[in-house]
Amino acid sequence: MADLSRRRLLTGAGIAVGAGAAAVAGAALVNQDRPHPRAEPVLAAASGGVIPFHGAHQAGIATPVQDRLHFAAFDLSTDSPEKVAAMLKAWTAAAVQMTSAQEVGRGATGAALAPPDDTGEAIGLPASRLTLTVGFGPSFFDRLKLPRPAGFEELPRFRGDRLDPARSGGDVCVQACADDPQVAVHAVRNLVRIGFGTASVRWSQLGFGKTSSTTPEAQTPRNLMGFKDGTNNIAATDRKKLDDHVWVGDEGPQWLRGGSYLVARRIRMHIETWDRTSLKEQEDIFGRTKREGAPYGGTREHDPVAVEKLPADSHVRLAHPDSLGGVTILRRGYSFTDGTDGLGRLDAGLFFLAYQRDLNKGFIPIQRALAAKDLLNEYIQHVGSGVYACPGGVASGSYWGEALLNQA
Amino acid sequence: MSPTTRALATCGVLALAITACSSADDGADGGSASGSGSAAVAPQAAPTGAVTETVDVAATDTTCVAAKTALPAGVVGFKLKNDGKEPTWLYLYRADKTVVGERANIAPGASGDLVVELPAGTYQLACKPNHEGDGIRQEITVSGELAAQTDPRVTRAVDEYRAYVETQVDDTIAKTEDFVAAVKKGDVKKAKALYAPSRVGWERIEPVAEAFGDIDPKVDLREADLEDGQKWTGWHRLEKALWEAPKTVKKEAEYGDVLLADLDALKKRLPTAEITASSMANGAKELLDEVATGKVTGEEEAFSHTDLWDFKANVNGAFKVYQLLTPIVMERNPGLVTTLDTEFAELDALLAKYGKGDGFVSYTELSKEQVKELADAVNALAEPLSGLAAVAAG
Repeated sequence: MADLSRRRLLTGAGIAVGAGAAAVAGAALVNQDRPHPRAEPVLAAASGGVIPFHGAHQAGIATPVQDRLHFAAFDLSTDSPEKVAAMLKAWTAAAVQMTSAQEVGRGATGAALAPPDDTGEAIGLPASRLTLTVGFGPSFFDRLKLPRPAGFEELPRFRGDRLDPARSGGDVCVQACADDPQVAVHAVRNLVRIGFGTASVRWSQLGFGKTSSTTPEAQTPRNLMGFKDGTNNIAATDRKKLDDHVWVGDEGPQWLRGGSYLVARRIRMHIETWDRTSLKEQEDIFGRTKREGAPYGGTREHDPVAVEKLPADSHVRLAHPDSLGGVTILRRGYSFTDGTDGLGRLDAGLFFLAYQRDLNKGFIPIQRALAAKDLLNEYIQHVGSGVYACPGGVASGSYWGEALLNQA
Repeated sequence: MSPTTRALATCGVLALAITACSSADDGADGGSASGSGSAAVAPQAAPTGAVTETVDVAATDTTCVAAKTALPAGVVGFKLKNDGKEPTWLYLYRADKTVVGERANIAPGASGDLVVELPAGTYQLACKPNHEGDGIRQEITVSGELAAQTDPRVTRAVDEYRAYVETQVDDTIAKTEDFVAAVKKGDVKKAKALYAPSRVGWERIEPVAEAFGDIDPKVDLREADLEDGQKWTGWHRLEKALWEAPKTVKKEAEYGDVLLADLDALKKRLPTAEITASSMANGAKELLDEVATGKVTGEEEAFSHTDLWDFKANVNGAFKVYQLLTPIVMERNPGLVTTLDTEFAELDALLAKYGKGDGFVSYTELSKEQVKELADAVNALAEPLSGLAAVAAG
């Protein structure tokens, strides 16, 4: 314990100093053994930092977007709420350890004759701002005979959807984000292992470059089409917007308050045809300039968007809150590339992740508008989909979904 | 990892526990006294503990030199290399001239092991070229205390498992004889029906058999694992002939004889397989690894698609080990018993859904979803089972 605190001070992981102590206390609750710090003290510059696991909201939603993603959707192999609660408890304990750069359980080099508790590929790596965020799909509630939050169901079918069931749905999802892909993959791998017998992976997705940012001072990252597509994202510091559009309030069940609804969409891009499209057409499709990212009618990226100045069916115009009566969502998408598709085409695109307080006031109206006439549709296709209710933050000593499963 | 390299790796890990790994001879009798001429012959039972000391003995027709003559009390493995021109016999005598143990008839150029448990005392080690006279002797001094006796429940589990292994090998040999007879007659239909059952005994004890690194590739190598220039023998060669080119089956009959001979060699060597609680538990885990990597993917039985037979046999073999170790595990980790009971039962119930006649449906009849469900159940069992060895070892 002492060495961990010291390490935190040495690393100067500013955000962690206060709440980080709570995370460590939580880890001690679940693991009576000596904690195994995953990393020796590291230089501040290389620390990567610790994002506190415990808090009013789950980390990984409004916290700053990291560079890498490993997302996994699981199917339950049981309908026993007790068994699921036990898994979530064990997952939480492991998450507390992993997000604070400790090894899972008794570590990666425990008893010689037993397989190690921790798989070990993150030994020596800093926390890398790892966040782990959990959500429950509609089928989770049906399977465990738990009351679904009002209006929470599978997304409606949108025009142009070509969803692959093998990359859609799932009873439980885990979003692991980190600055180091090894740290994100390590986290999911260890949760998968802990989940054997209770849940198994239905599908998963690696993402390598964030395409939107929740820190307004940052440059908006580009998607694989070369455009900035997250400029007007909700900022982590904009509490009013977060409360209005992201966090579930009194309208939701108690366990979901302070939580959010997550939509995940695997959006394939037809990269090759896009690359053969003239610059003008590309810009007209987005309604922004390519190099600067300025909206039509403006000169700088963050200039206000005047929707009437954008081409009628441009992507940004259709998706803009002003075109949708103020509807807005928090985006956390990542680029993905999964090799080629057998026809020599890059299997690449955007793994779109969006959080909202109300699906009917968030993703659904936006996607309806886009699916109907977005010029971009010629170059993209939605091929995977999932929707999940993400509970509110985890208090120290509690576990993911405790308040929900206690109803069972 | 190919079966061969895996078997070799197992030998590396268990080299001290499994004398068969280091023994180059093939079924030579190393057991009972064969007219040694000593007044009082009282060979001890084969020790069950792990070897704590290994002593090389360099022998020729006129010399016999032990690398170490002062030893700590414990289980000692004397390893004689015969560089003479005559066969030689290795003896260890107590101070009162009774025999502690012997290793008979070690051929020129061959090696032979004698594994004995030695309390403190003075002993005489003898090499007897041609089994003549008193041999060439030297004194061995043993000092210190013997480690505490092995838990009798462990001894019992090991004994019962050894008996189980022998039963399974006998079963596999008997059924393989019927199978080979059908192959020789060219009775393709009958041979096909007898193929999967003939492998059940083998699949139940495969990790023990793999300890004899050379047998596994001879009897169970898949075509996909063949190296350039390697001769392909064993069940899968006959499998391919039966399912892919049934008209040529009679020509393959000689491979049936080779298979039976190899299985006989295995049977002869079983008594020298040193089995411990942790090697049993690791074997159980390896059986499920076999399922997870080969059977659940349908790679093992590429032509006959009888993978579920092997699957079930692997699970049965793992369950047997678990069952025998349960009294020990119950005391040390009752939670693990609860988990493993549940997961074994669930996997069995799932497999039962695909039962057909005395066996199982073809692997090709399984849908992708069903295979996924089976894989999930194997993972659910294999993950907790991987903790068994550490618990069994205490």
